[in-house]
Amino acid sequence: MATEAKAHELIVSVSPHVRGKETVGRIMWTVNLSLLPAFVMAVYYFGPRAAYVTGLCILTAVLSEHIYQISLNRKTTIGDGSAFLTGLLLGLNLPASVPFYIPVIGSFIAIVITKLLFGGLGYNIFNPALIGRAFLLISFPKLMTIWTEPTARFVALDAKTTATPLGILKEGGLSQLMQVFGDKTELYMSLLSGNRAGSLGETSAIALLIGAAILLYRGYITWHIPLSFLATVGVIAWIFGGQGGLFTGDPVIHLISGGLLLGAFFMATDYVTCPTIRKGQVIFGIGCGAITMLIRLKGGFPEGVMFAILLMNCFAPLIDRGVKSEIFGAIKEQKK
Amino acid sequence: MSLKPKSNWELLKNGMFGENTIFRMAISLCPSIAVTNGLKNGVALGVSVVFVQTMVNITVSAMRKFIHPKIRIPIFMLVIAGYVTIIDMLMATYARQVYKEIGLYIQIIVAFASIFARAEVFASKNKVIPSFFDGFGMGIGFLLAMIVISFFRELLGKGELWGMSLVSGNPLLIMILPAGGFLAVGLLMGFFNWIDMKFYGGKGASGV
Repeated sequence: MATEAKAHELIVSVSPHVRGKETVGRIMWTVNLSLLPAFVMAVYYFGPRAAYVTGLCILTAVLSEHIYQISLNRKTTIGDGSAFLTGLLLGLNLPASVPFYIPVIGSFIAIVITKLLFGGLGYNIFNPALIGRAFLLISFPKLMTIWTEPTARFVALDAKTTATPLGILKEGGLSQLMQVFGDKTELYMSLLSGNRAGSLGETSAIALLIGAAILLYRGYITWHIPLSFLATVGVIAWIFGGQGGLFTGDPVIHLISGGLLLGAFFMATDYVTCPTIRKGQVIFGIGCGAITMLIRLKGGFPEGVMFAILLMNCFAPLIDRGVKSEIFGAIKEQKK
Repeated sequence: MSLKPKSNWELLKNGMFGENTIFRMAISLCPSIAVTNGLKNGVALGVSVVFVQTMVNITVSAMRKFIHPKIRIPIFMLVIAGYVTIIDMLMATYARQVYKEIGLYIQIIVAFASIFARAEVFASKNKVIPSFFDGFGMGIGFLLAMIVISFFRELLGKGELWGMSLVSGNPLLIMILPAGGFLAVGLLMGFFNWIDMKFYGGKGASGV
């Protein structure tokens, strides 16, 4: 009987029966790959030290995740690339001139305290790389704001220090920014190509946009968060950013300077720490943009993307609860 | 929990470890974050709390037969406020420098949940001697917690201990800011819970 049944055997298994190719590892490694252009530009402009800082971040992040999980007898998850991504993002968020103990401390905080102590990937409330950077910025305010001038040589031995475009904008206004960069086209070109002072990975707008295009094409991120984030920043910069009154600001400078592109495409869109519902993601993006511009225009720091995303991370669960759609067919509870 | 009354030593240990104000009960967390950016401040506040806690427990316990249950809370309040005023004035006279920094928090001792709670749950129902040990143990527990927290925060945040410079270089500035206070308290609380689970089976160090 048993052999007879074999020809038309029914295989009974538990759903899901059809699996997609996408796994956490595949997505994470693609995101890592999409940050490659920004990394290459960082090494091009800031010399080999950029590679050392980023490499050290990645190494510490992966090692600390591995050691933590092994010492707790858990399965190590370094293969899925999320620790690698955290390290890479943190590295691209640091200035080139930091001493080498800073990436180590930052990566450790990012991985162990922000991610693993909360339960690992998927359970963290805040974006690990951003917490790492916030910790470093508050702990070492001087070291973290020494920006070296990009040299576009492969050997950067005695790099000059200078201020970031947003720092100049905050201190001296638009006129001083014009003095430094020449005219407006030159300013835009420097901002787009990345020939300006800043964190390693945030300088080159074009490289970041290439990476973002890959992610959007693959469908790993949707337009909701980046677009609403960038649009809010642009609109607020246009309305309130100018010195000559309302509606005279220059939105382009605000859009392509600072860490806005890196933050909007690669960090605000982190699956774990953003709302899961599309409508909520738009609210999330608008909130990020509003807080960013509030800090840039009125706050004490020249740049506010990091704090904006962290603050909105707290609200992500609340937003999700607020925009939860009705279940189809469910009967609305009658109010008496 | 057995109904058998605990011995004085057990009461002392209970206050210090088993029901440690900050790490086990997680009450009075405001001073543990606000005042612990230096060992000196932490110890000053801790010692004040030991004094107030002990004296309040003794006083409330001695008066427990005369306090009408319906007005017990205002009476506890008055007793606590009396002792806090004493320590406040003493500190203002003899420790000007410390008082300048943490004077506000000395006055806030009036509102400490731990002191009020011990007066309500323990001192108003027990004799003077056990109340003394309970209050003293609770106070010492608070003092120890303050010392541990402020030790790490001052060492990491300033590279100093008791105002003396130990480590040169760039300290982790965040540790003396409020954010570092939350970090330190949270990590230490986790650490003590881990010790508790590992060595005492989650029953508390005093074995209660």
